[in-house]
Amino acid sequence: MSTDNRPLSPHLQIYRPQLTSVLSILHRLTGIALAIGTLLLVWWLIAAAAGPEAYDAAQAFIGSIIGRLLLLGWTFALFYHFANGIRHLAWDAGWGFELRTAYTTGWLVVIVAVALTLVSWVAGYAARGGI
Amino acid sequence: MSLRSPLGRARGLGSAKSGTQHWWAQRLTALALVPLTIWFVIAIIAATGSDHANAVAFIGNPVTAVLLILLIVATFHHAQLGLQVVIEDYVHTKPLEIAALLAIKGLAIVLALAAIFAVLSIAFGGA
Repeated sequence: MSTDNRPLSPHLQIYRPQLTSVLSILHRLTGIALAIGTLLLVWWLIAAAAGPEAYDAAQAFIGSIIGRLLLLGWTFALFYHFANGIRHLAWDAGWGFELRTAYTTGWLVVIVAVALTLVSWVAGYAARGGI
Repeated sequence: MSLRSPLGRARGLGSAKSGTQHWWAQRLTALALVPLTIWFVIAIIAATGSDHANAVAFIGNPVTAVLLILLIVATFHHAQLGLQVVIEDYVHTKPLEIAALLAIKGLAIVLALAAIFAVLSIAFGGA
């Protein structure tokens, strides 16, 4: 039973993006990104267990330009998914479905995610004693 | 007496059977990940840029090791539950969908086990 050639109602061309729908798909996208990012975490742990050379190689990659870029993206994905995840848990408890509340908490999630990303990176660089 | 038609039963359509369990496990792991994530972010920032000796000391510390293992288990369970839903939503050919689900769940088990093994070998072995 092929599903390839049935006609579908247009959706992305019709509905204007709203905070609710954008944050929803962003939650899914950040979740996928985080799942891919677990590969780096596992590599780092195995490298630490393997010995100094393997560990230094892992640290070198993380410290490289591309490594830091990936880490920055992953950090934002983490904080966004974390904050919006709590918003989801509140919904599961039955709270926050009023449209205004959903928009307020939605913006709160975005602001918190960006803020936590900045704070954690500033703290990280401070802990290292500079860039 | 089941109200399902024989054809419905044969085609496997209808209730996903363990949907409620999936939903609840997703929320439980999410709940566990709230404090674990907060701890992990703070700990990893404090340990950032460590050389190998310090990293091993950090990971091998008993409290850290236990928390890391809890983080690994909760993360990979939560991740594979989430990815399962994504695959079910977007993959429309059954054989491909099943293959993708098996691959993701298998990978989650392998990676989680590898990570836990790494933590334990540092904690017990002093790598």
